[in-house]
Amino acid sequence: MKQIKKQVRHPLDDLLRIDRIPHIWCPGCGIGTAFSSCLIAMRESGIDLEKTVMVSGIGCSGRGAGYVNLDSYHTTHGRAIPFATGMKLANPELNVVVFSGDGDLFAIGGNHFIHAARRNVDLTVVCVNNFTYGMTGGQVAATTPLKAKTTTTPVGNPDTPFNLPLLAYASGATYVARWTILHTRDLTESIEEALLNRGFSFIEVLSPCPVNYGRRNKENGIDSLKIYQERTIIRNDAQPWELDIDFDRGIVLGKFIQTERPTCTDRYDNTCRPKELIEGEKGLE
Amino acid sequence: MVFWRVPFDSEEIQITTGIVYIIEDRCKGCGYCIEYCPRDVLEFSSKFNTKGYHPPAVKKPDDCVNCHYCEILCPEFAIYSVEASTEQG
Repeated sequence: MKQIKKQVRHPLDDLLRIDRIPHIWCPGCGIGTAFSSCLIAMRESGIDLEKTVMVSGIGCSGRGAGYVNLDSYHTTHGRAIPFATGMKLANPELNVVVFSGDGDLFAIGGNHFIHAARRNVDLTVVCVNNFTYGMTGGQVAATTPLKAKTTTTPVGNPDTPFNLPLLAYASGATYVARWTILHTRDLTESIEEALLNRGFSFIEVLSPCPVNYGRRNKENGIDSLKIYQERTIIRNDAQPWELDIDFDRGIVLGKFIQTERPTCTDRYDNTCRPKELIEGEKGLE
Repeated sequence: MVFWRVPFDSEEIQITTGIVYIIEDRCKGCGYCIEYCPRDVLEFSSKFNTKGYHPPAVKKPDDCVNCHYCEILCPEFAIYSVEASTEQG
């Protein structure tokens, strides 16, 4: 027995700041699973972890940056993508991963998201979508499904939620996928592809929030996972405009877009720093 | 293992077995590993951990096929499996 106790060391422990574990996420919260998929993908993809940075904003998923044992950056609310863009421009060798929530990336940070996608900055954005503002007590968010009950919509949400993959595609992202935390292996594979993809990559991860979203909609964590199992359809290469969040009709999962176009750095170098200009300046010196 | 028809190569195929390790004090008792274990290896234990949750316990240790699904589904980094043969060697 003593020997077994010595070996109790989780395979991901070297990528975690163990002194901070157990983390603050509630029992049944899916962020932990999304986070561990992200760590597995980082390790499996073979990217240089010394040159990898994790950036997150504010919110439950924003705590991710504090738990990873790599260079990480916990930024102001909604500003994860601008910080990441700055880091990527200053040092193009870095692999920058943005790990944040739906409220942070799409409500307060919505503008930053669409413009980073338009410029095609070489980032990997993992958005944990739990359909609500979990940390502040479960208020209605831009991603709350129609008719779902929240603290601020006690009779049901009257508005339609964002279709995040469509938004990412329309803004110009070069890799777009959506998975749930139950489809962990596909999710890990997808994050791996996104890390290796050159350009703006976006992955939406549906994740249960049993305490602040589930409780008001009569579902606990396991119920949410069962819904993800029964009411989702995997359809790779589906059209982005067919991906609305509607649990009655079924939610489409999969890898939707993978294309290539010049990144922000490429275009900047071609336009503002063309070869002949740099060589001319050198000659003058 | 029970088959409805025994595959022709069932004698040649080696089924890997795994040993499940549980870091009990990290567990928050969500029950995802117990619900989604494909071989139904785990159950809630009756004892409490230091945080007051019931961690999972291994019910049928011989049935684990080392698929690692509990390991990747656990949000708490509290469970993992290791292949049995490498452990013995």
